[in-house]
Amino acid sequence: MSLDQDTVKNIAYLARIRVEEDKLEPLAGELSAIMGWIEQLQELDTDGVEPMASVVNVSLPQRKDVVNDGDCRDAVLKNAPDNEDGFYTVPKVVE
Amino acid sequence: MSDLTKLTIAQARDKLAAGECTSVELTQAYLKAMEAGRDLNAFITETPELALQRAKASDDRRAKGESLGAMDGIPVAIKDLFCTDGVLTTAGSHILDGFTPAYESTVTANLRDAGAVMLGKTNLDEFAMGSANITSYYGEVKNPWVGADGKDLVPGGSSGGSAAAVAGRMAMAATGTDTGGSIRQPASFCGITGLKPTYGRCSRWGTIAFASSLDQAGPMTQTVRDAAIMLQAMAGHDAKDSTSAPMDVPDFEAALTGDIKGLKIGIPAEYKMDGMDAEIQALWDQGIEWLKAQGAEVVDISLPHTKYALPTYYIVAPAEASANLARYDGVRYGLRVEGDSLDDMYMNTRGEGFGHEVKRRILMGTYVLSSGYYDAYYIKAQKVRTLIAADFTKAFEDVDAILTPTAPSAAFALGEKQEDPVAMYLNDVFTVPASLAGLPGISIPAGLNAAGLPLGLQILGRPFDEETVLKVAGVLETSAGFTLHSGVED
Amino acid sequence: MSYLIKGETCDWEVVIGLEVHCQVISESKLFSGASTLFGGEPNTHVSVVDAAMPGMLPVINEECVRQAIRTGLGLKAKINKTSVFARKNYFYADLPQGYQISQADKPIVGAGTLTLDMPDGTSRDVGIERLHLEQDAGKSMHDQDPKRSFIDLNRCGVALMEVVSDPDMRSPEEAGAFVRKMRSIVRYLGTCDGNMDQGSMRCDVNVSVRPVGSDELRTRAETKNVNSVRFIMQVIEFEAKRQVGVYDNGGQVVQETRLFDSKKIETRSMRSKENAHDYRYFPDPDLLPLIFTDELIEELKAELPELPDDRKNRYVGDFGLSPYDAGVLVAEKDTATYFEAVAEGRDQKLAANWVINNLFGVLSDRSLSITESPITAGHLGELLDLISDDTISNKIAKDVFEVMLETGEAPAKIVEDRGLKQITDTGAIEAAVDAAIAAGPNQVEQYKGGNEKILGWFVGQVMKATQGKANPGQVNKLLKEKLDG
Repeated sequence: MSLDQDTVKNIAYLARIRVEEDKLEPLAGELSAIMGWIEQLQELDTDGVEPMASVVNVSLPQRKDVVNDGDCRDAVLKNAPDNEDGFYTVPKVVE
Repeated sequence: MSDLTKLTIAQARDKLAAGECTSVELTQAYLKAMEAGRDLNAFITETPELALQRAKASDDRRAKGESLGAMDGIPVAIKDLFCTDGVLTTAGSHILDGFTPAYESTVTANLRDAGAVMLGKTNLDEFAMGSANITSYYGEVKNPWVGADGKDLVPGGSSGGSAAAVAGRMAMAATGTDTGGSIRQPASFCGITGLKPTYGRCSRWGTIAFASSLDQAGPMTQTVRDAAIMLQAMAGHDAKDSTSAPMDVPDFEAALTGDIKGLKIGIPAEYKMDGMDAEIQALWDQGIEWLKAQGAEVVDISLPHTKYALPTYYIVAPAEASANLARYDGVRYGLRVEGDSLDDMYMNTRGEGFGHEVKRRILMGTYVLSSGYYDAYYIKAQKVRTLIAADFTKAFEDVDAILTPTAPSAAFALGEKQEDPVAMYLNDVFTVPASLAGLPGISIPAGLNAAGLPLGLQILGRPFDEETVLKVAGVLETSAGFTLHSGVED
Repeated sequence: MSYLIKGETCDWEVVIGLEVHCQVISESKLFSGASTLFGGEPNTHVSVVDAAMPGMLPVINEECVRQAIRTGLGLKAKINKTSVFARKNYFYADLPQGYQISQADKPIVGAGTLTLDMPDGTSRDVGIERLHLEQDAGKSMHDQDPKRSFIDLNRCGVALMEVVSDPDMRSPEEAGAFVRKMRSIVRYLGTCDGNMDQGSMRCDVNVSVRPVGSDELRTRAETKNVNSVRFIMQVIEFEAKRQVGVYDNGGQVVQETRLFDSKKIETRSMRSKENAHDYRYFPDPDLLPLIFTDELIEELKAELPELPDDRKNRYVGDFGLSPYDAGVLVAEKDTATYFEAVAEGRDQKLAANWVINNLFGVLSDRSLSITESPITAGHLGELLDLISDDTISNKIAKDVFEVMLETGEAPAKIVEDRGLKQITDTGAIEAAVDAAIAAGPNQVEQYKGGNEKILGWFVGQVMKATQGKANPGQVNKLLKEKLDG
């Protein structure tokens, strides 16, 4: 399996990771090598095998519907690189 | 080097109880050692004031007859993947610059509540992605063991800082996390004991996630007994983690009976790989002999899908990581690199904030989940994972534990294997299968190679049967008679 | 009542599917213990879990699971005892995790049915494809600052139920009826407050068109986040015309996401990197499969309130109401509750007439909801009693009703205070009848000549003399006796 530069560019955008143009080719090479190695899985017949959902063999635990968290704006905002009036801020989004 | 830093947890517990030393004395000795060992770069953050404060509190409790138990007053290092209230937490990444959580991970809270004294936060591969501790934004960690040629060695990874801290006697013990071998492999490289418990035994709450279905915290210690004592304090059901096992924690130390007569130990044929290091094969054979000598029955078993474990892991773990690491976006904490638009800011922040290996894995994970590839990769891998887990289930119908080497080599020199990611990934070939199945595993130092470097053996057990794993490990440890200071200057 | 669009070469019909997002009624969020209260200072109803702090993990709220099951039961849908939460991956400022926890191929509720009550009294079934649980996002605000958007995570993590219909609707009216019925059901169930103006119910509208007679499904366009029934209908009208225009011009409709501009009454393409959307759903490894038992489903089923369809059938079957009247009364739970309080122990048809024909008009003129009615159900019931026991006539009752609207007083008191009590004293009525006959010899002649209609003139005279208080039945009876005799 080999990934071309366009594919790498597309997945880098999906993952919101800036990759400079001149880095696309070497990265495509590295990823292709890894994916090529992973390709050996395809030789295995897995028809009729259930994909693993979890190694933990229990049902999802559920909590009671009570308010016991939140109301901790300082803890929520204190690490923010930029915040104002109790809001997080981001570069202006134009819709 | 102070004698106090040679103590095991079990010994220190007895000395503290007997009033032969105080936690403050122990802590001071370790703080000194930590300072002296700074060139190993094992710690990202040292917390001496907090340590002394907790040590003092421990001594005060003891004076009042209110000791909290075996871990009370014991100085430990914490992998910098555990969030610690009010203490910088980095995951070894630039992208978490300045991040100081307002909460304490369940595992470190459990340790704190058992009286343990945190010395500092240890270095690690960025977001625990690595097998040599060379991907940290805070620099590579050196193994306290030095090769015969005098070259600096890697400590293994990702819990390389924790392994180096314990091996270098800069902490009596340390926490690690293991996703595909990140406790066991560095333990093997640094000549210490590392235990990865069953998935679900220790809460993941407050531990920075790499691959949620695999991540598991565990102790890294000098001895098997210490691992039992420390796991006791770390483990337990946590309602805040939906995958935490609702099970009681047994008395792990009590499992160390030294009696393995009649236990069946499996030797998986598929772990005898082509081109396997002869010294490692020899050590493995030696391990088999030791166990036989103690009355265990050794059985050949087959885990037929072993060779598919690594490629499976390198689909599942990056896929989960690609989503787990999406939250590092420059908005709520850590690094922000400004940009003209929201997308621009995201891309700048994540482009600069993540290191190369992390980016590579995020991209792989994004790729295998993307439209058109999901079934071929992700679903395929989860099916293979089912087969791998079934191999173990079947094997454990016949055996009580499985013995294998921990890693395919001893610690290698810094700078080696860095060009070829797949070669680096192969470090985890013996540890990854049990991770995929969620099984408990321990690595104990069992001998030295010709170059004088430690080699580990791994014991795997049934789900939630850490007791058998510890029992067998204890017997091997006694037989091997390995002493840590054979590698470290006294 | 088919809805057709005239094209250049043929007539077109519209194919509509809806995705309705309903905010679940619960105290705390789907995966955290923070409050779901609407409003509040920014980022105060936010826990470190909602803010996606490193190492934080989701734990599901059992009430949200129950609400989803209840809603599924209300939609007569298949409840999936095993369902799976999946991560839907995308980056946005109000999505802190970088993924939304949702459900993909294994939703908690499967196929069901919703019955539309059309304005002409007819009914029609629309298929429900599924219902799944997911997290709401936070809120971005764009006008506080020239260069930055502000983010409030108070809504972030509140549970939503997304109900997806089959593409079964063929007109704006049907889509409107679907949303109204959906709202009615969740309100009856108490699983969502259904307040579209507050955003607790929002709709994505999928529209495509096809030539009449064809059964193909052509490319659809999705208009997101439409928040009123009127807007939904406007979106469909606009989209249907737009798409027919595209085909008439030899073009192709593209699959895309569109936004509705409620001022210009048009939709427009978001022109976003639409193909760059690849949500990469995969099972959330922080959450195990959600599994529950038949017992839980049975328990919730047993607790379900009577739903609008059942109630409508009861009104038609037991009360003898017309399907249209019954449909109007059950549409809102509060209305049905009011009606039943009025009808309790009384003539249900009379009660229905008064509620629909008299009260609704007033409420609508004054833009009041039934719970804001100036006349309580108790008072209206008493008014009906006064009619039934002949204390007042229907006509007087209408006057009393007007006074009740203004004063809020009990009808008996109004009747008493204003002396509106019907005259049933035969003597008094007889006197008035005699006077009327005496005053109209010409009319008596006409009557005797066979003009029965002239009887109304005599009734009018009697009513005038008694200020309308004479019992009309008695008046008629006496007049006939005397004139015929």
